[in-house]
Amino acid sequence: MEHTLTPGAVLGDRPRPEKNYLNETTGIWSWMTTIDHKRIGIMYLCGVSTAFLIGGVFALLVRLALLNPQHTLFGRVWVTAETYNRFFTLHGVVMVFLFIIPSIPASLANFVLPMMLGAKDVAFPRLNLASFYLWVGGAIFGITAMVLGGVDTGWTFYTPYSTTTDGSVGLMVMAAFILGFSSIFTGLNFIATVHKLRAPGMGWFDMPLFVWGIYATALIQILATPVLAITLVLLLLERTYKIGIFDPAYGGDPVLFQHFFWFYSHPAVYIMIVPGMAIISELIPTFSRKTIFGYRAIAYSSVSLALLSFIVWGHHMFVAGESDLANVVFSALTFLVAIPSGVKVFNWLSTMYKGNISFETPMLYALSFLFLFAIGGLTGIFFSTLAVDIHLTDTYFVVAHFHYVMMGSTVIAFFGGIHYWWPKMTGRMYSEKWGAIACALIFVGFNMTFGSQFIMGGQGMPRRYFNYLDKFQPIHAFSTYGSWVLAVGLFMMAINLLVSLKTGKRAPDNPWGGTTMEWESSSPPVFHNFEHQPVLEHEPYDYRHRTVTHV
Amino acid sequence: MSDANIHGNSHSGTHSQLDAAPSGHHEHAHDPKAEARVYIATLSGLLILTAITVGASYIQFGSSAANIVIALTIATIKAVLVSLFFMHLLHEKPVNAIIAIAGFLFLGIFLMFDFLDVGSRANVQPTNLHVPVAAAPVAPGVATPAADVRKE
Amino acid sequence: MEQQADTTKIGMWLFLVTEVLTFGGLFAGFGLMQSRYPQEFIEAHEHLQRPLGALNTVVLLVSSFTMVMAVLAARTNQSKKTVRYLIMTIACAFIFLGVKYFEYSHKFEEGLLPGSFYHTQATDTVKIINAAGQVVPSHGYATFFSFYFMMTGLHGIHILAGIGLLTWIAIRANRGEFSSAYYTPVDLVGLFWHLVDLIWIYLFPLYYLIS
Repeated sequence: MEHTLTPGAVLGDRPRPEKNYLNETTGIWSWMTTIDHKRIGIMYLCGVSTAFLIGGVFALLVRLALLNPQHTLFGRVWVTAETYNRFFTLHGVVMVFLFIIPSIPASLANFVLPMMLGAKDVAFPRLNLASFYLWVGGAIFGITAMVLGGVDTGWTFYTPYSTTTDGSVGLMVMAAFILGFSSIFTGLNFIATVHKLRAPGMGWFDMPLFVWGIYATALIQILATPVLAITLVLLLLERTYKIGIFDPAYGGDPVLFQHFFWFYSHPAVYIMIVPGMAIISELIPTFSRKTIFGYRAIAYSSVSLALLSFIVWGHHMFVAGESDLANVVFSALTFLVAIPSGVKVFNWLSTMYKGNISFETPMLYALSFLFLFAIGGLTGIFFSTLAVDIHLTDTYFVVAHFHYVMMGSTVIAFFGGIHYWWPKMTGRMYSEKWGAIACALIFVGFNMTFGSQFIMGGQGMPRRYFNYLDKFQPIHAFSTYGSWVLAVGLFMMAINLLVSLKTGKRAPDNPWGGTTMEWESSSPPVFHNFEHQPVLEHEPYDYRHRTVTHV
Repeated sequence: MSDANIHGNSHSGTHSQLDAAPSGHHEHAHDPKAEARVYIATLSGLLILTAITVGASYIQFGSSAANIVIALTIATIKAVLVSLFFMHLLHEKPVNAIIAIAGFLFLGIFLMFDFLDVGSRANVQPTNLHVPVAAAPVAPGVATPAADVRKE
Repeated sequence: MEQQADTTKIGMWLFLVTEVLTFGGLFAGFGLMQSRYPQEFIEAHEHLQRPLGALNTVVLLVSSFTMVMAVLAARTNQSKKTVRYLIMTIACAFIFLGVKYFEYSHKFEEGLLPGSFYHTQATDTVKIINAAGQVVPSHGYATFFSFYFMMTGLHGIHILAGIGLLTWIAIRANRGEFSSAYYTPVDLVGLFWHLVDLIWIYLFPLYYLIS
């Protein structure tokens, strides 16, 4: 093992092994029955991308429906309020349960995490495949529910509306239930992997920060998801047998449903954002050629975010009839979330300070993340303030806030991660030029779409409403135009990546000069990841020994 | 069960204390007879506690809260006995105990905040609407739960 | 081998945690509904037979003991003994289910059923007036039996799953597959079985004893 990489090394002059995980075995059956974490990761990537496409189409339809208050297109009314309710519900359900929760952990982390640890696979490869098929099963249930009339409850399934409304609520709830178990299995697998399969010599604080982030995420998946599962079962039973727990007509307590739901779903927000932060912790040191600032602080902040996420869920219910005492307690606790989030942001900025920064596509996404997450995070503090929250609850301000965190942060980080590991996963380089243009369009389109919603929300435009006052028309239209720019950017990104599979340059083993172990494999990696068992010889992000030339 | 089989290389002896056994190797440390005696003692303890809790349930300890506390305390002692001896947590690697404790800790968090809210909430329906049955006005068009009243 | 056994064991404990939290949701619901309908829950619980609950508790505790003895026998290379203890554990599981069947059919006859299936009981003292102006028993009674059937039912499903797992490892033990070098499956099924016992340890006082 060399401590230093000679300038030539990163250009991929090492002979490539003939067999890699992509061509070791061939045929559709060899993929469907694979227990290779890399192939499962790729299958997940295809799956969640499809879900993102479906959810994205619904999002565009929602925006289109709100283009003008008459809901007309070319002079004709094209959408009813009921259809609109189904649009935003399906957008939410697909994006949350089918896309964003599995997105980074199940696709990118599945591929990269074992390699970062120098392991051959995850701890339970067959469970990993089972988790994928559960995801597929959940997706089938979800799509069936959409075809059979759809769901109009919103992704939160609040009772008593969800226990009384028509539509395929039962099927959709089953879908979320199954997807929950898929998520649990992924988390269980990662925890066991991190505990038992680290490379010789790799202690807890030698792990890349991506692994820390995914580990923290897995903790949440294990501890929170079972409560969602049982809550959804209770919801189904309440709907069919009127068991009297959530529906006040049968002696139940609807606020109880919100407690149960948010005990999962608030931590679930951190299942979404913590992996995004984990990717950023990889991108920033790599493209700043500098050791990460505050390694332990970032590692601990990931875990403390995971733990804090369990004691703040009541802030979703400030105006739902929760007691004043509980409101005050949850409000105070919610402010704490800002601390680990702030720790991360300042450490990333300090890492970049005096670094040798280069602006390849993954870094452009990382910089977008820093900007958008700062907005998304700081507006979150508005909501933990009780008095302000009462004014802003259920307005577009909420919509804008969580899209800045979910889409603007997690999804942008996900895209950054895809661009970062694309050469490793596919063995191909994409066009930097088109990658940068797509990133710029996404950034601009995103801010047009959701930045404008902060303004509407502050002025009192309620969320989920089909009709609105004429005075909001220009802002709504601007937001809709933004969604088109965003869509163009996303398509450009997808085409750029897909084209690279055919015509892209062959990727060197370590195109970005990364210091973590996955870059010690060939691109694409061989079936068992490494030709030789890698041994930890330096700390992660140790650029002192590295001379790196850019491709 | 042999899912981990494909990891031909055993990364052993390199991990931090969290994953390490406390001392020596527990599995073969005891002689089987002594171990069986521990299990018999545990079972006896569990059966005695069951008898106590059933007996205690026939006695009124002032308030129903006292009965609940006593029953749940005994249940918790039994649960601890089962996990320490039958589930081997006493001699298990610490990481497994930490996982088990974390599970109960987070369940505790869940229960604590739920009861914090429900216990301090102004409960408006239907239990605290003390309207006499005979005089209860049932306004037409009022939703079912709001019209529910309770007779004491 | 050592490494694998450790890894699967961590996986099993993580799985048990998810089980605890799944049941935890039901326990939370039960507790909160009890605080909402204290009087109804006390009256409803009188319909449960304390001796039968106590009997089942003893049966499950004994089965936990035979299970841990089976693990011990597997670890000390006594295949015959392992099989014998596993059969005893399975027998206890069937006794438990038999008692439960007796209890359930009793409840069915009396109309003490969950949710909308609950028949009006003449003895229920807490009454409410519904929207139609009729005096009917409080919702709390039906809610109690909703929770009773959901929680003991989910627990019963776990007993059934446990019987399947126990049978599977008993067959493997009979083939002499386990030894001191490899007995992980027995160990893991044991952990699962003890968890099923552990949950009953809480179900028993909450439903049968607290009044």
